Amino acid sequence: MLTKRIIPCLDVKDGQTVKGINFVNLRYAGDPVELAKRYDAEGADELVFLDITATNEARQTMINVVESVAKQVFIPFAVGGGIRSIEDIRVLLCSGADKVSLNTAAVNNPELIQKASQAFGSQCITIAIDSKREDNDFYVYINAGTKRTDKKVLDWVKEIELLGAGEILLTSMDADGTQSGYDIDITKLVSDNTNLPVIASGGASSDPGTFYDVFANGHADAALAASVFHFDTLKIVDLKHYLNNRSIEVRL
Amino acid sequence: MSLSILDYGAGNLKSIINVLEYLNYKYKIITSTSEINNSKILLLPGVGHFGQLMNHFSASNLIEPLKDYIQSDKPFLGICLGMQILFESSEEAPGEKGLCIFPGKVVKFTKGKVPQIGWNRISITPGNKILTEDYFYFVNSYCVKTDNKEIIAATTDYYDTFVSAVEKKNLLAMQFHPEKSGKAGLKVIKRWLEHVN
Repeated sequence: MLTKRIIPCLDVKDGQTVKGINFVNLRYAGDPVELAKRYDAEGADELVFLDITATNEARQTMINVVESVAKQVFIPFAVGGGIRSIEDIRVLLCSGADKVSLNTAAVNNPELIQKASQAFGSQCITIAIDSKREDNDFYVYINAGTKRTDKKVLDWVKEIELLGAGEILLTSMDADGTQSGYDIDITKLVSDNTNLPVIASGGASSDPGTFYDVFANGHADAALAASVFHFDTLKIVDLKHYLNNRSIEVRL
Repeated sequence: MSLSILDYGAGNLKSIINVLEYLNYKYKIITSTSEINNSKILLLPGVGHFGQLMNHFSASNLIEPLKDYIQSDKPFLGICLGMQILFESSEEAPGEKGLCIFPGKVVKFTKGKVPQIGWNRISITPGNKILTEDYFYFVNSYCVKTDNKEIIAATTDYYDTFVSAVEKKNLLAMQFHPEKSGKAGLKVIKRWLEHVN
C-alpha cells in the first residue's frame, strides 16, 4: 500500500537555509543542497523549499538552488513562496522542481489553479492553505498568515479540488510553532472531505507520537515539519521506525 | 552509446536528464521520425494527458515510427504515461487509441485518494533482473489493466492490485518514476542501461 510521507521543509533566504541547523559533518550547514542530500540519505520521502524572500531579485537565486538540488537529489521536491504566474511556475518546473506550492496567488486569482493544472498537470500543483480557527470554524489566511480572508477552509478545499489542484498542504496557524502536536481537528476535517492527498503542517514536536497522531487520527497522507528535523531533535529514520512499529506503513 | 529521449512538448524532461548526467550517460533530445528510426536506445518519460500525447504523436506522424521501433525489440524505456500509451486505450481519453503494442487498457483508480501520490512497494515477477522489491515514487490517477500475464514485471497495491511495470525483451516500462525514486530508482535505471548497452 501507499506509504505515509515524511517531508522536511527548508526555508530558504537568499540562497541559504535559515533557522538553526545542528547537523554535524556538514561542510556548509546553510547550503540547501547539502541539507537536501542529508535529508534524502536519512529517509525523507519528499522535500519542500519555501522561498521566504520571494522578491524578484531573489527569484534567480532560488532558481539556481532548484537546479542544483535537482541535479544531485533524486527524490521529489516542491517549491513555494511568492509564486504568482504561469510563467513563475514554468520556470521552476523547467529548473527541476517537481511541484509548486501556491497560496496567496491562488486565493487572489483562483483561475491560476485551473490554468496551471491544465498547462502542467494537476500532480504538480499543490495548494497551500493557512488555516485559523475562529468562532468554531476555520478560515483561510493569506500573505504569510497576516491577512484574514472570508473564505472558510472547507469551502476553499472544495473550490480548489474543482479547479484542478493536485494536493493540499494544510498549515494550522493555531498549532504552528507550538510544538504541541499537529492540529488533528482541521487535518481530519479536510482529509475526510476531499479526495486530494493532504500534507499536514504545523505543530510537529520531537515526540514521534505527534506524527502518529496526525496519521492515525488526523487521516493525513503526509506530515511536514521543519525545526524538529533542522535541530536534529528527531531523526527521520527513528521516526519512521516508530511509525512502522505502530502499523503506520512508511518507506524504510 | 548515445541514448535518445523523445520530447513531445508537454513532459518535463529535466528529471530524467539529471539522472542520465549523474550516471554519466550521453543523450540527445529527439522529436522526429528519422531520429526515432536512428535511435539505438529510446526513452519516453511521461507526465501529461493520454489524449494529448497521442494527438501529438498523430499530428507529428510519429505513431507508426514509434510502433515500428518498439516492435523491432530495440531498447525502449517508458515511464508513467510512457508506459500507459503502450496499451490500447485509456479512460483518460475515451475513444482515443493508444499505441496498441500490448493488449489492455488504462483505467482510473476507483478507490482511495486520486491521484495516488507517494512511495509504494512493487512486487516483482520472479526472475526479473532489472527491478528490485522496493519502494518507488508514484504519481498517477490511472493504471494499467492487462490480461497478458507474460509481460507483467511488477504489481503494486493501491486498494486493488495494478500493473506497475511491464517488460518484454529490451522493453521496460514503469508506472512509477524511477528518476524520482532515490537510490532504488537510480539502481533500476542503471541496471537497465547496462542490460541493453
